[in-house]
Amino acid sequence: MDASIIPACEFRWIMPEIMLTGWPLLLLIIGGLTKGPVASKISGVLCVIGSIFALYFTLNLWGTNLDVFNQLYSIDSYGTFFKALFLCILILVSIVSLRYADREGIGSGEYYALLMFGVLGMMVMTSSHHFITIFIGLEVMSLSIYVLCGLLRGNATSVEASLKYFLLGAFATAFLLYGMAMIYGSTGILDVVELKKYFLLKQPFSTTMFVIGLGFLIVGFGFKIASVPFHMWTPDVYQGAPTSITAYMATGVKAAAFGALIRVFFTAFIPFQFGWSEIIWVLAVLTMCVGNITALVQHDVKRMLAYSSIAHAGYILVAFITADRALASSMLYYLMAYSFMNIGAFTVVIALEKKGDNNSEIDSFAGLGVRHPFYALCMSIFLLSLAGVPPLAGFMGKFYVFSTAVKAQYYWLAVIGFLNSAVAAYYYLRVMMYMYFKETIGEPGSVDKAPQYGLVMVICIWALLHMGIFPKTFLTIAQKAVGIFS
Amino acid sequence: MTVMSVPILSFLIYFPLLGAVILLFANRRNSLFIKVFTLVISLVELAASIPLFFKFDDAAKTMQFVEKADWFPEWGISYLLGIDGISLLLVLLTTFLTVICVLCSWKAIEERVKEYYITFLFLETAMIGTLCALDLVLFYVFWELMLIPMYLLIGVWGGPRRIYAAIKFFLFTMAGSVLMLVAILTLYFYYYNATGIYTFSVLELYKASIPIVKQYWLFGAFALSFAIKVPMFPVHTWLPDAHTEAPTAGSVILAGVLLKMGTYGFIRFAIPLFPAAAIDAVPLMSVLAVIGIIYGAIVSMMQPDLKRLIAFSSVSHLGYVMLGIFAFNMQGVQGGIYQMLNHGISTGGLFLIVGMIYERRHTRMISDFGGIAKVMPIFAVFFMIITLSSIALPGTNGFVGEFLILLGAFKSNVVYGTLATTGVVLGAVYMLWMFQRVMFGVVTKEENRNLKDLGGREILILVSMVFFIILMGVYPKMFFNKMDTTVVEYLAFVKSKSAQSRVLEQNTVAPRVAKEEANTNLTR
Repeated sequence: MDASIIPACEFRWIMPEIMLTGWPLLLLIIGGLTKGPVASKISGVLCVIGSIFALYFTLNLWGTNLDVFNQLYSIDSYGTFFKALFLCILILVSIVSLRYADREGIGSGEYYALLMFGVLGMMVMTSSHHFITIFIGLEVMSLSIYVLCGLLRGNATSVEASLKYFLLGAFATAFLLYGMAMIYGSTGILDVVELKKYFLLKQPFSTTMFVIGLGFLIVGFGFKIASVPFHMWTPDVYQGAPTSITAYMATGVKAAAFGALIRVFFTAFIPFQFGWSEIIWVLAVLTMCVGNITALVQHDVKRMLAYSSIAHAGYILVAFITADRALASSMLYYLMAYSFMNIGAFTVVIALEKKGDNNSEIDSFAGLGVRHPFYALCMSIFLLSLAGVPPLAGFMGKFYVFSTAVKAQYYWLAVIGFLNSAVAAYYYLRVMMYMYFKETIGEPGSVDKAPQYGLVMVICIWALLHMGIFPKTFLTIAQKAVGIFS
Repeated sequence: MTVMSVPILSFLIYFPLLGAVILLFANRRNSLFIKVFTLVISLVELAASIPLFFKFDDAAKTMQFVEKADWFPEWGISYLLGIDGISLLLVLLTTFLTVICVLCSWKAIEERVKEYYITFLFLETAMIGTLCALDLVLFYVFWELMLIPMYLLIGVWGGPRRIYAAIKFFLFTMAGSVLMLVAILTLYFYYYNATGIYTFSVLELYKASIPIVKQYWLFGAFALSFAIKVPMFPVHTWLPDAHTEAPTAGSVILAGVLLKMGTYGFIRFAIPLFPAAAIDAVPLMSVLAVIGIIYGAIVSMMQPDLKRLIAFSSVSHLGYVMLGIFAFNMQGVQGGIYQMLNHGISTGGLFLIVGMIYERRHTRMISDFGGIAKVMPIFAVFFMIITLSSIALPGTNGFVGEFLILLGAFKSNVVYGTLATTGVVLGAVYMLWMFQRVMFGVVTKEENRNLKDLGGREILILVSMVFFIILMGVYPKMFFNKMDTTVVEYLAFVKSKSAQSRVLEQNTVAPRVAKEEANTNLTR
């Protein structure tokens, strides 16, 4: 087949991506034609509908494994798993935004279009084993999010978040690109699968340029997954960004970065596991400890959740270190559980926020158990799941991730991980303590009882309970998804 | 192993949960309905648990009422329930105490009544689940699940320092149990590597023969987790705070059932899974138990607060249980198990008594009382009986348990036995002195003159407690029959298993030593 010809029939494999390219353009046009709250409502609803269609197309691809567009793009169960996860996140976030973005006055064609473009980037990022495609996906995702972070134009912290994320993000992207370039320089290959074959032939392979390139890759991905010491941006950006975007970033971006990281490392760099696992061991321990200990002293729930998301990246890294390709499903399962519990928790934060006041002091949770028992119950479930209390999905996730470490005989890592989750229980419970044990402090803002929030919370709770009590379905899916590595 | 057709254990576990879910939709203002409904649920639960006692086959050596279903077969996680003579009695204690707790909260809880009873039913589900689970993952799920309702009970309906106590309680227990989880996983993969089977079923894992060094680590992790729950000295410090701040029913359940989960954990998991390590740990555990007995008693003596006094006496009583269990002979272990039940009844009773007087006076300081016996004669009678049971007067349940434990302790080691016996004397000192200061003498405080004596509901509660105190003291055979076979089997298993792993150790160590010697000879 002539390499320069792209058969038209291959386009049917990328229907979800086409959907997520065309639909936002439509939203932009509609956004230009309508004004005010009407525009916000119409584009929001269209965004939800569009994402549901895209999810439908994605689910149809489940089970297909093939490379398209001259090996630049691949359709496989691993990518499909992540695509479906991103679309679920997108659907949940846009349902929340139907109300939230409207309230904050940021809901418009662009807002939803950018959300969808961001997911497009994530999809591209996780569905390719070619460095260039991965990089393009990463940039599409990042650019959308730089803008989304700064949408609250009147709010200094939001603008700060956007600028900070942009500058540091650009820096980290440079690292990633440089790392890819160095690996290309030392091997002449940009494709991860080709790299794997190359290393099999050329064992043992080690040049200085390659080692530096590998290190740069870790730095670049480490930034996107917010692992310590590349986490500095996380708290400020998560706190400053509009809360719906925080939820979107904390789940979507992290999952996408992990998706690409796992694919790259577990395909090509397994032979060098003894080299990088030592580095990542340190990173994982630091990430868990710094994330959890710093979260202990936060007074702002949004910021606390930001640090907790750092800690959760650490838990996932624990399974990453073992380089057990069969058990990579534990990370996928964890990302799934993590996404639902975080979106749920951020939704409660959104419901309690006052308009224009980007502030979620823990005091505002005081007495919520009396003021609004339903939200308090939901928040408790999300927090308990984050803390890893059975029978919720968070527990199963931790159990699975740490069992991977124990299986590979990283006993100390598992002990450190579990002790960290005991530390984490303190700050999650602190929020519960405010909700149930304390009287309402001061003049509480009215709780926003929009049905959109309730819907999202119920969906998340259902997912958490289902994944926790009957993990089998989800684990089988995750196991099938990582089948591509074996 | 007989598989029952009627899933009675599952019913016992999920019936309270069902009740809690229904209560979720009850009208919050109709608190009478909520109370009556909860009482009915807990009574049905009690009624459903009584057949267990009579249908239980005393002679059977295996688990009974077994229920087994696949949960996640690829990992070997199963839904495996079953009880033996030990957990049977504890399940009955739980269902009985829950009814008592619902009754004793009748007037004491006025705020957030609906949430309170939901929490309580939820707690019952978790407790019975923990006692029946024979799959380590299932056990761990219920074990952790117990924490949440107890945390809420202390934190929402507790005393002035409730938040501190609740968080301390949660963190202590959680920190211990996460280490246990690592140990569970290690054991699981070890068993897989040895046999090629993935299983979390305890009955399967009992068969594993684990190298002794590994046993030390694993036993250490399990033992720490359970010792915190018991609580053993020196990890007991959460208990006085939790007991003091918890509402009366919370204290009763905490003393009656939750602490037993620690000792039960030793008997069901830590010791039979790692018998050689457990036997090697006898000196350490016994010394800690003896320290707990004497330390708990001495500290109780000096407590100005009634609830705190009883809390420290729990440390002392649970020290006996641990001493008995680690005596590794028939008397010690049976006495330990019996004392678990006794402690549930008599210390639970003491907490009820304190709760009743607290409802009237809103203080628990010993110095605020004096001469109550004249004002409240009926109350005085019950208080006396329960106090004597706690001191282990012959004829009450406490005597049977403590006597057996001391017998066992003397049989295994005279020093521990002798030291532990001083605890009996000290126990009499602090309890009787407390009783004297509260009940006898002249009425010194004006507020105490017009206290109302017990009402019908309170008498009903205490009569049922006293009934068991005397029944268990006079006719212990009824209960020992249930656990005899189980304990004999358990001891035989632990002894043969530990001997076996020692033989294995010799066989593996000896050649290695010989080889090393050969090597050193060569280098020379």
